[in-house]
Amino acid sequence: MSPVLRLSGITKRFGPLLANDAISFEVARGEVIALLGENGAGKTTLMNILFGHYVADEGTVETFGKALPPGDPHAALQAGIGMVHQHFTLADNMTVLENIALGTQGLASWRLDRASARERIEKMSFEFGLAVHPEAVVGTLSVGERQRVEILKALYRDAKILILDEPTAVLTPAETDALFATLKLLVKQGLSIIFISHKLNEVIAVSDRVLVLRAGKLSGERVTAGTTRSELAALMVGQEVEPPAVPEVEPGELQLVLNAVSTVRQGTGMALDNITLSLRGGEITGLAGVSGNGQATLAALIAGTEKPASGEIIVQSVKVQEWSPRAALAAGIGRIPEDRHAVGTIGDMSVTENVILERYRTPRFSNRGFLDWQAARKFAEEIISDYDVKCPSPEARIRLLSGGNMQKLILGRALDSAPSVILANQPTRGLDVGAVGYVHRRLLDARARGAAILLISEDLEEILALADRVIVMSKGRLSAASPRGARTIAQLGELMAGHGMEAA
Amino acid sequence: MRLEPKPAPSILVTLLYPVAAVVLTLAITSLLVLAAGASPLSVFYLVWKGAAGSQFALMETLTRATPLILTGLAVAVAFRAKLWNIGAEAQLYIGGVVTVVLGTGALPLPSFLLIPVIMVAAMAAGALLLLGPAILKTRFGVDEVVTTLLLNFIVLLFVSMLLEGVLKDPMGLGWPQSSRVVAEAQLPRIIQGRRLHYGFVIAIASAVIIWIIMKKTALGYEMRAVGHNPQASSFAGIPVNRVLMKTALLSGGIAALAGFCEVAGLKGNLTLDLSPGYGYTGIVVAMLAMLNPIGVVASAIFVAGIFVGADAMSRSAGVPSYIADVMVATALLTMVVAILFTRYRLRWK
Repeated sequence: MSPVLRLSGITKRFGPLLANDAISFEVARGEVIALLGENGAGKTTLMNILFGHYVADEGTVETFGKALPPGDPHAALQAGIGMVHQHFTLADNMTVLENIALGTQGLASWRLDRASARERIEKMSFEFGLAVHPEAVVGTLSVGERQRVEILKALYRDAKILILDEPTAVLTPAETDALFATLKLLVKQGLSIIFISHKLNEVIAVSDRVLVLRAGKLSGERVTAGTTRSELAALMVGQEVEPPAVPEVEPGELQLVLNAVSTVRQGTGMALDNITLSLRGGEITGLAGVSGNGQATLAALIAGTEKPASGEIIVQSVKVQEWSPRAALAAGIGRIPEDRHAVGTIGDMSVTENVILERYRTPRFSNRGFLDWQAARKFAEEIISDYDVKCPSPEARIRLLSGGNMQKLILGRALDSAPSVILANQPTRGLDVGAVGYVHRRLLDARARGAAILLISEDLEEILALADRVIVMSKGRLSAASPRGARTIAQLGELMAGHGMEAA
Repeated sequence: MRLEPKPAPSILVTLLYPVAAVVLTLAITSLLVLAAGASPLSVFYLVWKGAAGSQFALMETLTRATPLILTGLAVAVAFRAKLWNIGAEAQLYIGGVVTVVLGTGALPLPSFLLIPVIMVAAMAAGALLLLGPAILKTRFGVDEVVTTLLLNFIVLLFVSMLLEGVLKDPMGLGWPQSSRVVAEAQLPRIIQGRRLHYGFVIAIASAVIIWIIMKKTALGYEMRAVGHNPQASSFAGIPVNRVLMKTALLSGGIAALAGFCEVAGLKGNLTLDLSPGYGYTGIVVAMLAMLNPIGVVASAIFVAGIFVGADAMSRSAGVPSYIADVMVATALLTMVVAILFTRYRLRWK
């Protein structure tokens, strides 16, 4: 049988960067292909070429034996390629039905077809286990439901090849399982699925075949049944990865206590609801949870950008009166923000200017309002060498650094003053395995010297590997803490979904 | 067709693109000159001669550049922090008002005291005028482009009211103009018999001081940080709103200094045509200089030279002096494109 999709020799360059290097593969009918690779390996570029957003420099794409015209998303849709993006493309103020049918029929015929569209959607959602109400307004749906709408949207357009870009990043474990069940049903109907991920467990759970991308090249192709996690990891990074060794450290004094803190809800953020949290020196507290359940607000509170509406913040047994980013820094809190581009750094300023951002007012870098650029530059050079940052010079704009190097710089800036509390919010998101290992080692070093660390992560494996105690956040509330290994992934998943939170 | 970012441009490229921009500007304006029936080469030569061909011409150009340097600096400072001050015109007029209020005999002080007192008072008035929009922006999110722009009209009408009322010169034969400032309040001429006055020195000194503030001080660093990324600045503990207030005070103060220099150095009294839009031209000057304070001096002299030179040229060549507006506008556009190309490269396909 001829393949439904064939890519031959796809090459794409961005200036000197080779994003895709002569990539060829085929997808058969009813097959789940996992596209595995680190961030920056070229997965997204490849899918954008497939979907017509980019034009490849060399190579061709064929669907059902016919060449796909390059650079034409409409042709890709016509050829039966459907894509579920990581960031959803839905209109929040419209209903599920309207979102799905939008653009599939002429405006004049809209009213007449509403009933049949509804019938079709209901049939599909029943058939594939994609439970969602057609008349519900999308803005009121949970993240998991929105993803189902996205999948229905692709199916409604008769997609034969479904591309899912990091679909599980926003899901609870239970929702992930439901998604996988749906994918199995779709495959039975003859669809082909390309599943993009960098999570090994999921790739092994869901795919028939794994394609591994590394630095723009296809570094390996394995039948899932005949491979192992460690083999795939090795193909992904070019070496065997070891989980970090976590030595025993005796927990120390209480460094930071939040006592019955609540915040006022602002914009789309989730407010904190009567939160009590204690962080001890020499201990990593892992905070798990589905994105959007108040972790961002908690991080903002500890970083000083959010003020408590009620309750108290106690730093080393002293109750805090005024709370601000400067107060947090003065209290010895080292902060690694979630978004290193928008919040952690100022892209158009130099490395030197960025490293002194939190401390330019201290005597070390300024005197009577004048800055000591020599001292600043020396500090930048120290961090560059101590934290192994690859950058052309301290004068280079920080925008030009890779994500990993940017994160090392932020890490250096936060850890250099030996803070007693460290807030690490998604410290390894989007980093390659090498940089992830580096960040983990640095956090463990800080733990060994007695810092109290709050690790907020959507990556459950990261939390289980590093944290001495695990807390789950759901709907602005915290679960009770459990020591390392006390809860199974399934139990954590229950908590993440909001069940049994009353125990807190 | 798409733009791709370039790594840090070399110094040669950074200097080459503005030159290319000027050449392109001349080429484009040549077409208009040809359309007006004159020879481009002779017109450009006459513009050059009128702007810098003699000591007299050069002095005139520098005199015209003085208020432009100051309004250009005011805009450059504010834009650096992404505080869009379109109201330098209003701040300039307020500076002029304060100068005639205090400088027409109200304060019996010797020159070396009177001039600094008036300067400080004028700057304070301009600073306060921009503080209002800055507070509205930081407190209530009111767009400062709108408030500062509208204040220009409000202030101009206010000045008109003053000139028809309390500030009206009793000896002015009914013209809407103020009395002349006393001799002690006047800025002396730099060269006898020429119009260039010490306001030019004040403008140059201001440029140097602003350059030092932007490059060497914590305040300048804060202003740049807030301008580039307020969210990251706030996260790092920079008091973003306070920095914007300080920026407003500095920017408004410098713009008002332009009004002081024009009244105390050149005109001697306040009229409704104190400024032919120096506040707005200051925006062009600042953009041409890429917001660099030292660059503002160069671009202000360039713009002033084109206006002065075009005036002289139109008298002898018969091409309307509006060509100056076209040249300055074209230079701004080509410059903006040139700056784009120092940072990005164009890729076809």
